Amino acid sequence: MVHWTDAEREAINTFWAKIDHEEVGHQALTRVLVVYPWTQRYFSTFGNLSNATAIAGNPKVRAHGKRVLDALGDAITHLDNVNATYAKLSQLHSEKLHVDPENFRLLGETLIIVLAGHFGAAFTPAIQATWQKFLAVVIAALSKQYH
Amino acid sequence: MSLSAHDKELIGKVWTKISPKAAQIGGDALGRLIVVFPQTKIYFSHFADLSPSSPQIKAHGAKVLGAIGEAVSGIDNVSASLSKLSELHAYNLRVDPVNFKLLAHTLLVSLSATLGAEFTPEIHLAWDKFLAIVAAVLSEKYR
Repeated sequence: MVHWTDAEREAINTFWAKIDHEEVGHQALTRVLVVYPWTQRYFSTFGNLSNATAIAGNPKVRAHGKRVLDALGDAITHLDNVNATYAKLSQLHSEKLHVDPENFRLLGETLIIVLAGHFGAAFTPAIQATWQKFLAVVIAALSKQYH
Repeated sequence: MSLSAHDKELIGKVWTKISPKAAQIGGDALGRLIVVFPQTKIYFSHFADLSPSSPQIKAHGAKVLGAIGEAVSGIDNVSASLSKLSELHAYNLRVDPVNFKLLAHTLLVSLSATLGAEFTPEIHLAWDKFLAIVAAVLSEKYR
């Protein structure tokens, strides 16, 4: 089980309350698809992803970004048992979606960069460290059911 | 992987914009590195103060950004621009190359924190590629 200090829980929950799920999710997913274009392979049903503008304007990208952030919210609500919370999602990503877990890492890094863009200096090194720890826990949980 | 003309243009534009604050951004990026990835502190064990507000960390961060600026100036041949630094890292410092990726990440975080919405996905892409090239050049003489 992961140990969270009070300061870490606070950092996660405080920032989570200030995040617009749809906007941040949209920006993070847009960035992943632009910065790491090979990730587009997982979204062949999304329509036009031909350039950065098309990706940013694509309604399916926006909807999916929000979905991802909502799922992150589940992990935050269950910080003491992310593995169990994500068991089905992990299975889905492994057995049905066949997503290379490396992509979880890319999305995690991108989300950190988006949060920094939103919060500026308020996203201090210590808060960044907490969020990177949280995302590492999320990534481990998502990768757990792969075989 | 190589930089397109458009990538180079975006990289140059951002550099011009941030160069007055380059020292501060460098200090911020290095401060984030040692906090988020504490194992990187081993390369600075000779610094008296290893907190993100340490004057030594800030000075060294400024130095790193200065070198990045040189790479931007010589963007058509980063290998030549950073040749001395490449040798320094290979024969003296021997920083494990995995750390270049970690610093690239915290530098992108610092750029994003500084530029906000101006740090567009396309600019993020160009800088991600550029920093990967810098990392490759710094490790090209390792073996």
